[in-house]
Parts: sequence; C-alpha cells; structure tokens
Amino acid sequence: MATATAEHHENYLTELKTIKSWLLTLDHKRVGLLYLFSIVFFFLIGGTAAALFRLDLATAEADVLSHETYNKLFTMHGVVMIFFFLVPSVPAVLGNFLLPLMLGAKDVAFPRLNLASWYIFMIGGTFTLVAVLMGGVDTGWTFYTPYSSTYANTNVIMAALGVFITGFSSILTGVNFVVTVHKMRCPGLTWFRLPLFVWSLYATSLIMVLGTPVLAITIFLLILERGLGIGVFDPKLGGDPVLFQHMFWFYSHPAVYIMILPGFGVISDVMACFSRKRVYGYEFVAMSSMAIAVIGFFVWGHHMFVSSQSIYAGMVFSFLTFLVGIPTAIKIFNWTATMFRGSVWLEAPMLYALGFIGLFLIGGLTGLYLSTMALDVHLHDTYFVVAHFHYVMVGGMMMAWLCGVHFWWPKMTGRLYSAYWSKMSAILVFAGFNFTFFPQFIMGYMGMPRRYHIYPKEFEVFHQMSTLGASIMGLGLLMALCYFTHSWFRGEKATQNPWYAFGLEWTHTQTPPITHNFEEDPVVTREAYDYEDESIYTNEDKARA
Amino acid sequence: MSADHHDHPPYQAHHFDSMEQQNQSSMMGMWLFMAQEIMFFGGLFAAYMAYRFSYPAAWVAGASTLDVNLGFINTLVLICSSFTVILMVMAARKGSDKGIMGWLVATMVLGAAFLGIKYVEYTGKFDHHLFPGKNFDTHYVMGKMAAHPEKYAEFKGMGIDWVHELVGHESHDHESGDKHHGSEDDHAKEGAHGDAGDHGDHGGHALPADATAPLGIALYFGLYFAMTGTHALHMVIGIGIGIWLLVKTKRGAWCSEYHPYIEYFGLYWHFVDIVWIFLFPLLYLI
Amino acid sequence: MNFSFPTFPEAQSKYAEQVDWLYAYLNAVTFFFTILVTVLIVVFVTKYKRKSQDDRVPWQHEGKWLEITGSVIPFFLAMVMFFWGAKLHFNNRIAPEDAMEILVTGKQWMWKVQHPNGKREINELHVPVNQPIKLTMTSEDVIHSFYIPNLRIKQDVLFGRYTRVWFEADKVGNSHLFCAEFCGTEHSAMVGTVYIMSESDYQAWLTGEGAMAGDSPVEAGEKLFSSLGCIGCHHNGTQPETPALQGPSLVGAFGREEEMNNGEKLIVDEDYLLESIVNPNAKIVKPYRENIMPTFKGQVTETQLMQLIEYIKSLKGGEQTAEQKTGAAGS
Repeated sequence: MATATAEHHENYLTELKTIKSWLLTLDHKRVGLLYLFSIVFFFLIGGTAAALFRLDLATAEADVLSHETYNKLFTMHGVVMIFFFLVPSVPAVLGNFLLPLMLGAKDVAFPRLNLASWYIFMIGGTFTLVAVLMGGVDTGWTFYTPYSSTYANTNVIMAALGVFITGFSSILTGVNFVVTVHKMRCPGLTWFRLPLFVWSLYATSLIMVLGTPVLAITIFLLILERGLGIGVFDPKLGGDPVLFQHMFWFYSHPAVYIMILPGFGVISDVMACFSRKRVYGYEFVAMSSMAIAVIGFFVWGHHMFVSSQSIYAGMVFSFLTFLVGIPTAIKIFNWTATMFRGSVWLEAPMLYALGFIGLFLIGGLTGLYLSTMALDVHLHDTYFVVAHFHYVMVGGMMMAWLCGVHFWWPKMTGRLYSAYWSKMSAILVFAGFNFTFFPQFIMGYMGMPRRYHIYPKEFEVFHQMSTLGASIMGLGLLMALCYFTHSWFRGEKATQNPWYAFGLEWTHTQTPPITHNFEEDPVVTREAYDYEDESIYTNEDKARA
Repeated sequence: MSADHHDHPPYQAHHFDSMEQQNQSSMMGMWLFMAQEIMFFGGLFAAYMAYRFSYPAAWVAGASTLDVNLGFINTLVLICSSFTVILMVMAARKGSDKGIMGWLVATMVLGAAFLGIKYVEYTGKFDHHLFPGKNFDTHYVMGKMAAHPEKYAEFKGMGIDWVHELVGHESHDHESGDKHHGSEDDHAKEGAHGDAGDHGDHGGHALPADATAPLGIALYFGLYFAMTGTHALHMVIGIGIGIWLLVKTKRGAWCSEYHPYIEYFGLYWHFVDIVWIFLFPLLYLI
Repeated sequence: MNFSFPTFPEAQSKYAEQVDWLYAYLNAVTFFFTILVTVLIVVFVTKYKRKSQDDRVPWQHEGKWLEITGSVIPFFLAMVMFFWGAKLHFNNRIAPEDAMEILVTGKQWMWKVQHPNGKREINELHVPVNQPIKLTMTSEDVIHSFYIPNLRIKQDVLFGRYTRVWFEADKVGNSHLFCAEFCGTEHSAMVGTVYIMSESDYQAWLTGEGAMAGDSPVEAGEKLFSSLGCIGCHHNGTQPETPALQGPSLVGAFGREEEMNNGEKLIVDEDYLLESIVNPNAKIVKPYRENIMPTFKGQVTETQLMQLIEYIKSLKGGEQTAEQKTGAAGS
C-alpha cells in the first residue's frame, strides 16, 4: 500500500539545514514554521498560568495562591493568549505558509519584512516574559486606568512595551498580506476564484493595518502617564479614565475579528474538502468577511455600557453590534448547507470544523446577550462574559487553528499523524472545553464576578466542574502536542494530496513544497472548490488506501 | 536554485515576475504604511479634540506659552524641506546621483534645523517647568494669562476666574454681556489682591494671591509633548533613513528607472510634513 | 433542573423580573438555533456520509433563499433583542421623584454607604422594600463597580464624578454585593450583602445600635455651611435676610429653575451645586456678580461636598422676592 513520495527535489525543509538558514530565512514557509514554534511556546506559558489559577479556583478560598499572584496569573494568561497566541495563530502560521501557495506566487510581497515581523514579535514577547520574570503584572489584559497608570505597583510598563512592540509585527504582516493578495495572484486567479481562506486573511489584514496603530498610541500614552506622570487618563490631573477605555477598545474590539476571521477562512476550506463540494454561497461568505471587518470598527462601546458612557451612544453601539452578528450567522448557515447533498467524511480536521461550528454558534449567540443593554448591565464583568469569549476564542478560534494545522500538516511537513489519536484528542478537547466553560454561563447569570480569586461558596460546584473540564481539555491538547511531535520526526510520509483537496497549494506543489513553491507558474482556469474536477485525484493518492 | 534566465534587471527580486509588479507592490505597501501612520497620529488627535472640548481655557492658556514665531519658522522650514524632497525625487528620475545626494542633504539639514528649533522650544519649556510630572509648575502659564486676560473673557469657572478681575483694569469696554464692574469697593478689593501677588517672569502683571491654573493645563502640556515628541521622533527616524540613503546613493544603488526607496522616503517626508501642518495650527494658533 | 441547583439568582424587584424575561427570550433563541444547527449537522453527516473514494458530488444550483432567510429572520429576532433591551434600560435610567437617596463611596477595598439620617455602613446596604432607592456614588481612587445581582443592576464608580443607579426592591431578603470592576489586590474581597427589609425592620435598624451613627449628612453640612463662611453670602433661613447679600438665597433653591447671567436656564441639581462650590464662576444666577464667591476646590473633601449639598437640599422654602434680588444687584 505504501507509496514512496517521489522526492523529485529537495524540499524547503531539507534544502538547507543550518540554524543560520532558519534564522535568516526569507522563505515564507519557514517563517510560518518559526511562528508555529513560537506561538506553541507562548500557548504553553498562557496555558500553565490558566492551569495554576484554575487549580486555586476549584475551592472558594485562597489555598494555593496569594491574591497578588492570582491577579498576576490571570493578567498574564490574557496578555499572552491574546497577543502572543490568538492574534498571530492563523495569519502568522498558516497564512504565511499558505498565502503565496494559494495565490500561485513564489513568496509574499515583502519577504524581508516578513522575517522582520517575526523578530519584532519575538522581541515583544521577550519584553513580556521579562515582565513576568520581574514579578508580573496584575492589571488585567485590559490595563484600565487609573489603576494601571497610577495605582498598580507591578511591571506595567515592561508588559505594555511588550504588547506595543508586538503590535508592529501585526501591522507589518497585515501590510505584507494585503499587497500580496492584490499584486501576486497568478494568471487567471480573479478575486472571486480565490479560496475563502484568502478572503478571510485579506479582511483580517485590513483590520491589522488600520486598528493596531490605535492600540499602539493608547499604550504609548499609558506608558508616558505611568513613567513621566503626564496625566492623560488620570482623573486627579483632569484626565478621563473613560477616554482610555474608548481608545483601548477602539482597537481591541476589531482585534477579536482579527482573531476569528482567519479561523472562518480555515473552516470554509475544510468544510469544502470534507464535503467534496463548493462552499455554499461562496460570494456571500467572502463578502461577509469584509462586512464584519468594516462594521467591526464601530461597535467598541458595547464593552462600556456601565462605564458612564452616554446612554444614546450605548444604543448606537448596541444596534451596530447586532448588525455585525448577521454576516456571521450567514456563514454558519452556509457552512451547514455545504454538507447538504455532499459527501461527508470525518477525519480529524473535519471533527474540529464541526466542533467549531457548534461552539462558535453558542459563543456568537451569547454575544447577543451582551449586546442587549439591559441584560449587559447584569452580565458585564461576570463569568458570563468569560464564558462567551472563551466559546468564541477557544471553542471557536483555537479549534479553527487546530483544524487548520491538522488539515495542512501533511503539506507543511510531508508527514501524516495518527488518525486514531487525532480523533481522540479532538473529542477530548471538545468535551473538556464544554465542561470547562458551559457552567460559567450559569455562574455568570447568577452573579459570579470575573477576576475574583475568592468567591461565595455557592459557586464552588461550578468552579469545580470548570477545573475538571480544563484538565480534560489540557489532556487532549497535550495529546496533540505528542502525536504532532512524533509525526514530525517519525510520521508516515504523506502523498502529495492526502485529502484530495482542491487548491493550488495541494494540486500544484510538491509535498512538502520546494523552496520556490512552483516548478512552473500556475495558470488558473477553474472556479474555487471545483471538486468535480477529476484531476485532483492523482493516482498516487488513490493508491493510498 | 530557480530556473530563471536572468533576463530581468538585477534589482528585480526573484519572487516577482516583473518590475511593474515589484514597483506596484512596493508602492502599495508604502501607502498602507502611511494609512496606519494616519491611524497612529489619529489617536493622538482624537485625545486632543476630546480634551480641548472639555478644557478650552487651558488650551488657550497653554498655547499662549508657545512662541508662534518659532512655530511659523518651523513650518516654513518643513515646507522648504518638502520642496527639496521633490527636487531630490526629480533628480532621481533623471538618474542624477549628485542631484539626489545634494537635495537629500539639503532636506536633512532643514530637518535638523527643525529639530534644533524644537530643541530651543523644549528647553524653554523645561526652564519654565512646563513638562508635566513632578516638576510641573504653573506660574509661568499664569503669568502669560495675566498678560492677556481678555483672551479668557468667554470662559467661566475652570479655575480662571481671577483672570477676569485683571480685565477690569484696562478694557471693560470690550466686554459684552452683563458684567458689572461695580463700586469703588470692588476696585479696592482687586487692588489689594493685586499687590499681594507674586511677580514671576511674566510680562509685568502681578499675580493675585488666589491665582490658580486653569483646569486641564497639565493635560494640554502632556498632549503637547506627546504630539510634538512623536512628530519629532518621526523626524529623527527620517533623518536616520536619509543617512542610510546617502550611503546607498553614493554606492550607486539607483538608476533613473529604479530608485524605490528615494520615492518612499519622499512620501514619508511629505507625511511627516503634513502632520506638522496640522499640529502647528492646533497647538500654536488655536 | 434540580431545585437545589439554582441557575437564576432570586429576582428581588420588578425590574429584575423583567430582565429575567428578556434573558428567557434570548435563551429561547439560542437554544432554538443551537439545536437546529446541531441536528442538521448530525443529520447531514450521517445521511451524506461518504461511501467510497470515487464518490463525486455533481454541481448543484444554489438559490439565494438560504442567505436571504438566514439574514432576514435573524435580523428581526435581533431587532427584538435590541429594542427590548434598549427600552428596558432607557426607561429605567431616571429615579422617581420620591426616591430615597443613599450615598455610596467606593475605595480600595471597601464600599462606604451613608443613609439620609447619617447612619453609615461598610460593605453592607440596608434598604426598605417597596421604596425607590437612588444611589449616588463616587470613588476615592480607581474605577470600581457597584453590583447587586438580585436586582440586576450595576454601575461603575469613578473619581471626580458622581454616577447614579436606582432600584425599587419588592421582596424581602438578602443579595450579594460585589465590586465588579477589577481594582487591585483585594478586588475579590470588596464584597458584602444587601439587606432588603420590611419597612418596620428597616426603621428599627436605622435607629438602632450597630453601624456607626454620626451626624447625618445634613447636620454635618449645616456645620460646614457655617464654618466655611457660606452663611456670609447665602441666606439659609436661620437669620433675617438682608437685601445686601452677595449670593442668592439657598432656601428652596434645590430643584428650582433658575436663569443664569448668560440667559441659560437650568434646574438647580446636585451637579450644579457641586460645580458652584468648586467653580463658582461657571454659571451664576442672574443677576448676581462674578468673582465674588471664592472656590472651595481643595478645601473640602468629597464627603464634605456631599454633606454640604445634602444640607442645601434640605433647605425648603419659598422664592426669593424680587426686592431681595434687585437689592443684591443694586450697588
């Protein structure tokens, strides 16, 4: 049964193997892998922080950690997971690797800038880690003033600098991707023939370029205030702490769309492949990503309904927030409809994709509770919010990232991973996730506030379920780390297109690809997801049982 | 490596299919970079607008400590430097390395002049304790206010009531509305206050004992330094890039068809100039 | 659901019940779509399971009906959420006239509460049932948030500003009191209890032993009014009026509409009183003069400001006569 992958040439992994060739690479595929290793590293740090505080939260009293340590741990969990895992996850890892391949290009528009982005990311991450080593930060990832600017006595500036620097990595990646999509498409690849993954990356990149600078200036002013006493947000100097909130959320709300849109793109490509069918309503799904990117800039005030913001402004934000949910709802229906009269097969990527649809649906719907003004007053700053964003970020985005990694792993590494263990892991992650976060919705409505180290006894049973669930989910994730590591070194070699997937990255490149991607420049003549076309089913792939 | 035939110019990168694609890509990237710079400064301008709306008196008071003449000279300097930048780009398009270097040096000299004037302004501010933080002191500002009290006629409260008293002396005919400058009793009270005041370096008006700084004055200076400081930082970076470009030009990196970084430097310099064109009236001219 | 496994906090006011109905609507929509999509997924995955590698799916025509219904129906469902939520919130933003006012100050890491008769409590709030209660709140340092889950209300408190929230409880019982905006090390310890009591129990508590009794805010304010010299320019009903007073009489001033020197008309409320004490020249009642009243900014604490304002509010009485007004302006 086994066929040797015809190694016609060296591939991008084997061509040069020195450390220098990795650290000075201009190859977008290697940059993608550099990011992969980095964000897994940061994910482990953020996950360890969570494990520690979930351990303490299993009891209503403080028995493992002090208050200060608890506060520092949840802050670092948020900062690391958001800026050093979620934001770069799909764009920097999968986007970097796949975008030129999907476009039929030899590389991204600015390869040196791409490498620079990775270094900037790592420098920012280093600053943040130094902040942890120096004792941590305890302001929450939201850095609200005047606590963060005047009252906190932890390493705010160091951590804020880390985030500030990493922001530039995001901006430069965004610039790179936008230009690549505009200018580097191969002949015949019109906009509406692009894979939906590319559309989602494009929309994400626009937000990265336009939104991140506002975070930069907000952090810059925060650092000036804390370091030099320049009162901008300090009410004792006439400043306005609510202005900080406006400026912070002006970026941080679009940031959640930076985090999720690429995940949507992954799901689209995977649903098409494992239903053997074009994504239903391709144009709508493509344009809905753009709509979300645009409308998403105008809803930030829904984080501030009880902040003393004007009630009229609040109503505008509430209305627009409902609007931004509609394009997302359409995607959910369209993905489901993709399977209708399709030919569905359940490999690990598909399990993650289906899990994503269910969990993101719940996460997105619970966002509606928070857009509803009277309800948000009760739910704001409770565990309901925590559950909501974990459903969309973890049940949604993290699973979408895992989906993408499972899907494109063979292409990236030339190896397969254990089908059995990957499905086991997916089920454990899905079950553990729900056990962790569903009780938090209930706790939230009952009034359990977030960022609480100790809490009233009646919430203990929910917290215990949550901690138990987190352990199960953690186990599933560790399992994934194990089989991927095994696969990297010893996995069965993959054929060129083990999923018989459509797309230039699958059909026109070697697995793994050669350094300059294509032997000859591809020319595109078909619509996207043309799964009827026989030519994607090569003999080599069919021979694999 | 790749099977290319090297029938493309040596400065075409291998991942591009044509110079046209390369040039268009680079230009597009530069414009996107400009867009994010606009968002970056936009945040500062938004904070400025929000606070100016809340503290108009402080804004007038703060602006009165700025030297409009120096600001105007700086504006001229930058406009000239944008002109030299245009000449530099034109020289590049003609393929004249000497022209590039000459106009580039001129641009950088003008940029340095701008920074020099800024240095003079900043040291003046530090001397007058106008940098927010521990050493912040408002006597200088209040002195400036006392020199032109009529500017504050339309503002009520905000810690500047004492200034209105000073208007009574010289120009109550200018006042509109229903202020009553009343009895001799009142003048006597005002006179008593005046003598008790302190005599800082502020154009001759004694400060009354109850003089207070306008609400939000620390914010004005905070934003002043944040905005002009960020702008100056961009100038410094620009000059740094200019030095690098000088080196590259000397080594013959450009020709008339290919000199991308010269063009992008031009764009960048124009952008920094335009930011100043907004900053100058907003901060100095009020 | 098991009764001993509660999922709702008790609803101790009509408003809380209304919020719970809105929550129920959202739950219904959520459950419906979650179950719908889950069922569809399960059905499609089984019904259209891939049979062999050679399974090919023919191209299908797609109508636009799915996207159109999938936009329109959720849009209407969402608009119901928006209007219901906005209306409920908007209609409840202003306290009734007869609301009893209680003062709340948040600081790291405790809530300080003061009742109209002066009784103070820390991290506790005793209120009578069936009585509108208005909380006027501020912070001494960072942002905190006053949260009473059983009443479904929450409001951030900030330094230098007053924020308000009101409620009318209709069920006796206790509720948690939480700080709901992260404020530092002891954030999770900044908690307490709200005791909603019958009217008689409340009166008993109010006048009984227990939490610190002191001067009521009004009594404290009266003492300040005198010691700070306000009494020199503002008639407060305790001595005969003279026409030559420099400032308007404060008797009955609170709640009255006054015209300012610039023609603007406003109602004298807490914010105006506060502004007049710290920025006296900002808005001056016609026809009084500027630059007469000094500012007291920096000379009175937050609590003292509240006490002065409470005292001024307590001065009930009639309008100033025209003679009193012109007398002051004449010289």
